[in-house]
Amino acid sequence: MQLELSPTDAEFRDRMREFFTSKVPQEIRDTVLEGRHLTRDQIVESQRTLNAEGLAVPDWPTEWGGQDWTDLQRHLWHEEMQRAGVPLPLAFNASMIGPVIAQFGTEEQKQRFLPDTASLDIWWSQGFSEPDAGSDLASLRTTAVRDGDDWVVNGQKTWTTLGQYGDWIFTLVRTDTEVKKQQGISMLLIDMTTPGVEVRPIELIDGGHEVNEVWFSDVRVPGDLLVGEPGQGWTIAKFLLGNERVGVAPVGATKRALATLKETAADQLQDPLVRARVAELENQLLALELTALRVVAHSAGGEPHPASSVLKLRGTELQQAVSELALDLAGPAALAARADDDSPQEGWARRTAPTYLNLRKASIYGGSNEIQRQIISRTILGL
Amino acid sequence: MDFTYDDEQQALREAVRGLLATAYADHEARRRTVAEEPGFDRALWGRLAEMGILGLPFSEDDGGVGAGPVEIGIVCQELGRVLAPEPYLASVVHAGGLVAALGSPEQKADLLGRLSSGELLLAAADTSPGGRWTAEPDGVRASVSGDAWTLDGVADPVVGGESADMFVVTATLPDGGGTGVFVVDASAATVSGYATADLTRAASVTFDGSAATPLGEAGRDLADNVATISDLTRIMGANQALGVMQSQVRATTEYLKSRKQFGVTLNTFQALTFRAADMYVELELAHSMVDWATMTIAGGDPDAVAVAADRVGLQVSRSGRHIGQEAIQLHGGIAMTAEYSVGVGTAHLTVLEQWLGNAGHHLTRLSERVDDHELVEAI
Repeated sequence: MQLELSPTDAEFRDRMREFFTSKVPQEIRDTVLEGRHLTRDQIVESQRTLNAEGLAVPDWPTEWGGQDWTDLQRHLWHEEMQRAGVPLPLAFNASMIGPVIAQFGTEEQKQRFLPDTASLDIWWSQGFSEPDAGSDLASLRTTAVRDGDDWVVNGQKTWTTLGQYGDWIFTLVRTDTEVKKQQGISMLLIDMTTPGVEVRPIELIDGGHEVNEVWFSDVRVPGDLLVGEPGQGWTIAKFLLGNERVGVAPVGATKRALATLKETAADQLQDPLVRARVAELENQLLALELTALRVVAHSAGGEPHPASSVLKLRGTELQQAVSELALDLAGPAALAARADDDSPQEGWARRTAPTYLNLRKASIYGGSNEIQRQIISRTILGL
Repeated sequence: MDFTYDDEQQALREAVRGLLATAYADHEARRRTVAEEPGFDRALWGRLAEMGILGLPFSEDDGGVGAGPVEIGIVCQELGRVLAPEPYLASVVHAGGLVAALGSPEQKADLLGRLSSGELLLAAADTSPGGRWTAEPDGVRASVSGDAWTLDGVADPVVGGESADMFVVTATLPDGGGTGVFVVDASAATVSGYATADLTRAASVTFDGSAATPLGEAGRDLADNVATISDLTRIMGANQALGVMQSQVRATTEYLKSRKQFGVTLNTFQALTFRAADMYVELELAHSMVDWATMTIAGGDPDAVAVAADRVGLQVSRSGRHIGQEAIQLHGGIAMTAEYSVGVGTAHLTVLEQWLGNAGHHLTRLSERVDDHELVEAI
C-alpha cells in the first residue's frame, strides 16, 4: 500500500501533461473545457497530433501503434488528456473497431484499416443498436445474405453517433436465422459510400444533431469485409463492449467540468448550500477516481475488471450531477440556450440546459446503468 | 502507487481474523459477551496483547511494535467484521494515540507499555455533554496550584470509559491558555457507565477536584495535536466501519440467495438484486476512500490528514447509512432482531458515525475549503 506514484510513473504523468497542454491547439482545448461543440476537423486534427506522438491508440498491439504501457500508465494518459481538455481519441476508432480488427481481423484487414483508423483518415461509425434491439442487442434484425462472394445487407441501425461524419461503419448483422439468436450474428465492415446506405439525422432534446439512423437497402458488401468467422459477431461485440465500459467513466472530464464551474460561477460560491453541493460532488468524484485506480491496480491481462461496472454506473451519475449543478447555478440564463450569439447572457450559462439534457444519455449508453446493476448483481455478487 | 496489501499485511489480517473467530465465531457469542460485565472479552484482550496487536501503533521503545497505519487499519477492519465490542479504537488508537503524541518519554514508556501488555485500559475523555466534535471542548476545566493540577467538570460520552483504569482528558487551561491534555486515575473520578446503541460501553465521567497529571509539558495549548489524533482515530474508525459494511453486504447477498418467499429465492426479484448492486457500489467507493485516507497518514502532514479524515468521514457516513439501512430492508423482519448480526451492525455504524463525526460535520468542514483548490488531487 503506497499512495505516491513511482518516479517512473510521475515522470510519465509529467510528460503526458506537458505534451497535452503544449502540443494540442489551445482553441481545441478551450472548446472542450468550455463545453462547446467540436467540429469534425478539430476532432481529426487533435487525433492526428496525438497519433504522430504515438498517443492516440496506446491500447493497441505495439506493432500497430500501441504502447507497451502498464494499466496505471494508460489510466494516467486517459486522465491527463481529460484534465487538459484534449478530445479523447474517437472511441469508435481507438477503443472499438481498432482493437477488434487487431484481435479478430485478417492480416489483410489489419494492413488495410489499422493505420488509417489510428490516424482518423477513416472515421468509423458504430452500427449496433436497432429500433427493437437496444439493451437487448442480440435481438437485432438487420440481415446479411450470402450472394456469391458478397453479402447483401438490409435493415436499419439507430443511435449512430456522429454517423454524419462516418466513412465506414462496423455493423452487427444477422447471417443465420436458424440458430440461437446470439450465434447467428456476424460483424461486417461497410463503406458508407456504398449505394443503398442512407444516413438520416435524429434531432435530440438538446437541439443538437449528434445521432443518426442508418438504413441499408440491398447494400452489397464484399466477403472479405467480414470480421472473424460468420456467427462470431456476438463474441466480438462482447469483447468490444468490455473495452467500452472501461473508458466510459469520464472522471477526469467531470472533475474538470466542476473545477471550471467553480471558476465561472465564483460569485455564487459564497452560498453555503452551493459550497456544500460542490464539496459533496468533489468527494464523490475523489471516491470514484480512487476506485478507478484500484480497479487499474487489480486488472490483469487487459480483461475488464468486473468492478468497471461500478465506474460506468457511478461515473455517469456524477457526470449528470455536475451538469445539474451547473444548470441550477445558471438559473434564468439557462433559458437563453438557443438565443443568438449576441445574447447578453453568459455563454457557459446558456449551454447548461442543453448539456444537462444531453447528458441524460450517459446512463443509457455503453450498457445502460440497469445493465451495469445486472452485471454487478450477477457477476460480482452471484445473485 | 499501490492499493494492494503485501504478504506480511495479509498474514496479519489472517492472524487477527483467526483470533477473533475464537471469541466471536457467531453473533450469539458477541451477544453473550456484551450482556455481561465488562461488556467485552478480557481473555481475548489478553490474547490481542500477546499477539502484539494492542502495541501495534507504538514504538518498540515504549513497549509497542511500531507498525504503520495500514496494519492498524487492517486490525480495525477485522474488529468491524465481527462487531467486536473490544475498546480497541477508543483505548489503543485514540487514548493511546494521545499519549504517544504528547507524553513525556517516561509517561510513554509507562502508560503505553502497560497498555500494550493489556494491564492498563485507557479512555479518551474529550467530549462535553451536548457537545459536538471539537478539539476545544469546554466541559472540563483545569486548575493549577503550584505544580498540582486538578480537573473539574463532566465528559460524556467517554467511549470505553466504563472499564478504563485511566482517562486521557482534554480540558480547558486556566486564563484562556487553550486546551491541555491530562492523565487522571479512574479512582479520582466518578464514572457512570452505560451501554450505547450497539451495546458497547461508554461512560459519563465527572471530575471534582480530581488530581491530574499533564501529558508532556504542562500548560501548553495542545488543541492542534488533539485534533490530529482525533483525525487519525476517525480514519481508523472508517476502517472499522468498512469491516462492518463488508459483512453486511456479504450477509445480505447470502440471504437473498437462500431465503425463499412465494416459493422462490429472493434473488429472483430484480427489485432486490438491483438494490444489492447499489450497496456494492457504495461499499467499493467507501473501500477506496478508506485505503486512500489510511495511506495519507504515512505522509505525516497533519493538514493532509485532517482533510483525509473529513473526506473518508463523509464517504463512510453516506455509505454506512445506505448499506446499513438497505441491509435491514432487504433482509426484512429478521434484521430487526437483536439475535441477528445485520441490524446490530447498523447500530454499530450509527455509533461510530455519531462518535467520530457525522456526514454533516465533515461536509461543513469540506465546504469551508472548496475554494482552497481548483480540483481535488487523488495522488
